[in-house]
Amino acid sequence: MQFGIFTVGDLTPDPTTGRTPSEHERIRATVEIAKKAEEVGLDVVAVGEHHNPPFVASAPTTTLAYIGAQTERVILSTSTTLITTTDPVLIAESYAKLQHLTDGRVDLMMGRGNTGPVYPWFGKDIRDGINLAIENYALLHRLWREDVVDWEGRFRTPLQGFTSTPRPLDDVPPFVWHGSIRSPEIAEQAAYYGDGFFANHIFWPASHTQRMVSLYRRRFEHYGHGSADQAVVGLGGQVFMRPNSQDAVREFRPYFDNAPVYGHGPSLEDFTRETPLTVGSPQQVIERTLGFREYVGDYQRQLFLMDHAGLPLKTVLEQLDILGEEVVPVLRREFAALKPAHVPDAPTHASLVAARDAADDSAVEASPPSVELVETTEAKR
Amino acid sequence: MTTIAVVSAGISVPSSTRILADSLGSATQRRLAALGQAASYDVIELRGLAHLVTDNALTGFPTGALADAVRRVSEADAVIAVTPIYTGSYSGLFKTFFDVLEDGTLAGKPVLMGATAGTARHSLVLEFAMRPLFAYLRADVVPTAVFAASEDFGAGSVRGSSLSDRIDRAAGELADKVLRRGTALPADPFENPTPFEDLLRDI
Repeated sequence: MQFGIFTVGDLTPDPTTGRTPSEHERIRATVEIAKKAEEVGLDVVAVGEHHNPPFVASAPTTTLAYIGAQTERVILSTSTTLITTTDPVLIAESYAKLQHLTDGRVDLMMGRGNTGPVYPWFGKDIRDGINLAIENYALLHRLWREDVVDWEGRFRTPLQGFTSTPRPLDDVPPFVWHGSIRSPEIAEQAAYYGDGFFANHIFWPASHTQRMVSLYRRRFEHYGHGSADQAVVGLGGQVFMRPNSQDAVREFRPYFDNAPVYGHGPSLEDFTRETPLTVGSPQQVIERTLGFREYVGDYQRQLFLMDHAGLPLKTVLEQLDILGEEVVPVLRREFAALKPAHVPDAPTHASLVAARDAADDSAVEASPPSVELVETTEAKR
Repeated sequence: MTTIAVVSAGISVPSSTRILADSLGSATQRRLAALGQAASYDVIELRGLAHLVTDNALTGFPTGALADAVRRVSEADAVIAVTPIYTGSYSGLFKTFFDVLEDGTLAGKPVLMGATAGTARHSLVLEFAMRPLFAYLRADVVPTAVFAASEDFGAGSVRGSSLSDRIDRAAGELADKVLRRGTALPADPFENPTPFEDLLRDI
């Protein structure tokens, strides 16, 4: 199982001091947080994408490449990549380039984005959100898998004889997760392609996440990618920890009460009960997180939101120390002990290359070599 | 069994909005029974849900007793919606409750509207404010909307002549709509998702 962090890259005033970090500070903090995540043994760092204040999250591949250059092991991902308003050709090129630069430490999470004006700013219409996600991803999927693409669709200039460069590293595209809070169409899309499904989880009650994941698993099996419990599931989570749980609640409450998404609404206690937010001791976080499995099944990736609502960098780094030292090692051990052998781990570049090579070998063994087969294999390479 | 969800946005206790809501609910129940259809109605008082309604407006999802109320409205065969008139329109709490319902919750659903106010000068709020709200929500609203001013509750009884006539007429219209429509719950997109091939084809 993979553990990591995701960020939306918000510039939010610290409610306890009233101070808002500068864009420069926040961007540098994102890099510090990512380096810390690797240092404390986490597996994944995912950055958001926004094109409006108060976010500093545009140009995600620039951030990820910079982080990639200063880390060695951590997987670089997105939370999310705006598949609706970003040209799929640009996504194909940027993330294939990032794969090469980081030796394959790349995957992506597709999302639609819910900021109304972003759509017209990029020449799109939010009412086409689902259709944009479907058509743009269909093109991206082909650009990474076919050397020469002829394509015509509703939302983009047609392509004739187009080759997206660089080609994906080792001819294996980055693994893709499809993220959604509430659209069954996106769970259906993830299932159709046999891609991963990431449930945001943090803004809605568990019962809703359960419905989304259950739909995805059922349809994953329907489309022949494996049994429902082999589908690739990721979840968001949100925690704040101190050794003593009362201290955690006291320290986090002003950040919760003023948070951009749910601030000035439900109490911290209500929101903790209704959503996966856990504010307390590391042990409480361990128990709550292990409980996620009871309603989504064995899953492959757990990302935590740690650096939002104006929390200062120093606090975020302390939180990552606790997460990496006290929480994740226990979760790794416990989740591994519970997971049946036939449930796969989250795909990595290495595992996808190995799976592709194994499939090629078995294809060669299955029938005597023929001219046709050799040509097909050549064409793939 | 036909179920009717009665939404009352009355604030005071006792509330004339609640009295009108009960009258409309029981009149509809009686009318359906007379037509051979067993029915029950249950009243959802928004006052007790006011904080949860505000939380839902901010977070995007209903919790606790509000989640239960939303479910009862979604699953009901008909809705009776009654509000006090505040500042020339339906109350803010009444509007916020209908704001937080999922899109399509009331689409095609038979709805009866009612309102209360101190004087009859506000009666057209039903036609100029409330009917457009339910038209936007694509509800199937009965022609008669029932307005009750304080004086309509005269003689210590709701069974004053003209108010009870209006209640019976509106209840009859709602009962007819319910019987014509039958039970038609919207398809569940989680149980029956649109196959991806169709999503791809219909871009």
